[in-house]
Amino acid sequence: MLLKMVLKAIGRQRRKHYLIALTVGLGVSLATAMLGVMFDVGDKVNQELKSYGANLNIVPKGASMLGELYQTEDTAAEAENVNQENFIPEKELYKIKMIFWAYNIVDFAPYLSVPVEINGQKIILTGTWFNRHLKLPTGDEVDTGMTALKSWWKITGSPGDDGDTSGLLVGRDAAGRLGLKPGDSFSAKAKGKAVDLKVRGVFDSGGPDDGLIFAPLSLAQELSGQAGLVERVEVSALTTPENELARRAAANPGSLSRMEWDTWYCTAYISSIAYQLEEILPGARVKAIRQVAESEGAILTKIQLMMILLTVLTLLCSALAISNLVSAGIMERSVEIGLLKALGASDLSIMFLVLLELFLVALIGGVIGYLIGLGLAQLIGLTVFGASVPVKAAVIPLTCLMVLAVTTVGSLPALRSLLKLEATEVLHGR
Amino acid sequence: MSAILEIQNVSKIYGGVKALQNIQLLVPQGQWLAVMGPSGSGKTTLMNIIGCLDTPTSGRVIMDGLDLGSLSHSGLTAIRRESIGLIFQEFHLISYLTALENVMVAQYYHSLVDENEALEALAGVGLKERAKHLPRQLSGGEQQRVCIARALINHPKVILADEPTGNLDETNERLVMFILHRLHKQGSTIIMVTHAPDVAAHAERIIVLEHGRLASDRENNPVVSQPSEQKSADSRAEELNQNQKSEESFLAGTMAAV
Ligand SMILES: Nc1ncnc2c1ncn2[C@@H]1O[C@H](COP(=O)(O)OP(=O)(O)OP(=O)(O)O)[C@@H](O)[C@H]1O
Ligand SMILES: [Mg+2]
Repeated sequence: MLLKMVLKAIGRQRRKHYLIALTVGLGVSLATAMLGVMFDVGDKVNQELKSYGANLNIVPKGASMLGELYQTEDTAAEAENVNQENFIPEKELYKIKMIFWAYNIVDFAPYLSVPVEINGQKIILTGTWFNRHLKLPTGDEVDTGMTALKSWWKITGSPGDDGDTSGLLVGRDAAGRLGLKPGDSFSAKAKGKAVDLKVRGVFDSGGPDDGLIFAPLSLAQELSGQAGLVERVEVSALTTPENELARRAAANPGSLSRMEWDTWYCTAYISSIAYQLEEILPGARVKAIRQVAESEGAILTKIQLMMILLTVLTLLCSALAISNLVSAGIMERSVEIGLLKALGASDLSIMFLVLLELFLVALIGGVIGYLIGLGLAQLIGLTVFGASVPVKAAVIPLTCLMVLAVTTVGSLPALRSLLKLEATEVLHGR
Repeated sequence: MSAILEIQNVSKIYGGVKALQNIQLLVPQGQWLAVMGPSGSGKTTLMNIIGCLDTPTSGRVIMDGLDLGSLSHSGLTAIRRESIGLIFQEFHLISYLTALENVMVAQYYHSLVDENEALEALAGVGLKERAKHLPRQLSGGEQQRVCIARALINHPKVILADEPTGNLDETNERLVMFILHRLHKQGSTIIMVTHAPDVAAHAERIIVLEHGRLASDRENNPVVSQPSEQKSADSRAEELNQNQKSEESFLAGTMAAV
């Protein structure tokens, strides 16, 4: 009987119920999209941010003692009388992709710098992997190198090529200072020897890198006489935002209990990834470029906060609209409700009737809205992050809760007027 | 005869308006009482108070030994559900439910729905064949009969009818009076508000309100509405019009009883 009444009532106020379903649908679709993106935004933003550079720096144990002065000429001069302690063997680098969190290592690139003289001016030439294809002992194959690591660089001319051992990628400032442009060939001097080089491309990094010159690693090794060695590796890793545990571990891994240590080791904190890299490269020291890592976490939290805020606002708007519609519906049906009261229906049972009707309609709107929301999430994913957003199961119960909350909150004022409605007033037309 | 309803010194004041002033009334079980009086004299106010839809400003109402003043809001709702049958001038049927469903709504809020019982109630007012019709597909008289069937479905102790024939033509008025006569015969207590003296003439007792006061209270020799040849022809013409056998037999039964 109840269901019959509800269904017939829905059928009667069809327009109003369409509108309610539409409102719920709109709210839910936006909220679903927001939540869908929010759950996924952690990975997406990390992926986005990693393209703005590396967050880990691997240096040899010996070199790290010298601080971060490796780019100065002093270091380069000292490099002549350093031992193996100050370098990392190039052939060890594949191990970076074999740690526990290998799949979180998005990219890495080694560096070896050597001072050269071009057109009578001294400048540092840095050898690197532009784009190296690696075959791992596990059978996996990966591509890595500076091109991917510095994906935001704008290059005029051709990009760097590991096979072109005399081809350089020159920073915008360096090119200006040396008077070079893409395609130029010239002779340079390194350690007294002359070498013929050419400019493949000029890059604009928007940062201090613009004063540098990059070359294939093999050229730098040849010029510096450090065959098979690199002096630094930049690594870009997807990381979990730091928390208290990660900070304690970073300060002193020994201070953790066994369980904490396991948790830490098996979470992609920047400190645990650094720790694992040191495990696998015994001669190296791994430093987190901490500012980047922490700002990643902060931005992420802010973006997620904003999404939650927008979701709440959207739902609030839906609730408001619903509240209007439901109130109007109750007004329209005041005689009917008065009659039910006169027949002896309790306030509770009438509220139940009204809510049941509303929830049924809202549910339909919610399901449709959810489906639209999934589509919307994909759209946001594709336009903002250039990748689809996987559906998280957690969104479904959350959506149900949202529908429930929105309709309940939205119908509160109507329910209040329903309680206050006097049967005598409506039945005698006063 | 025991009193089903006792009204002691009841007043109702709306703001400055004294809708009822010191009403004293004793209604014995099974009595058919007509309430008359000019517009605004407080008839509806009195019915609302008896029907537990409203509470008096002062005074006591005792129904079947129970002091209504001692009841909570939900207690009054329960009395309404259990003991009162309401018949409205405006019928107040739910527009999107069929005649049958309108009767069943009252069952639903009272106890359990029983479609057969509801159908019987409709048959009792001669509408068995119209059970599946929506209110707008029924004439005013038919709607009023659905309203009566709904009022009776839970076997109320008191039937309250506020101008039950106010919106009806003579033929339908007569039909409704037949039904009330039958209910009265079966022992129901009926309190009926009316403007029309010929309607009031059916009651055993007539009280008149004026400015919220009880102006007169007299016994009445109820008209035994022995339908004249003309009237019965009218009724039959209507039934035949509707071509409903059940209604015919219902009317025949009713008239035999009256
Ligand atoms: N809710 C209310 N608020 C204010 N005044 C009211 C209210 N209900 C009734 N009244 C007043 O109380 C008086 C009695 O009203 P009531 O409806 O009982 O009259 P009535 O005898 O039923 O009239 P009618 O024959 O026109 O139906 C009137 O003056 C009316 O204006
Ligand atoms: Mg009235």
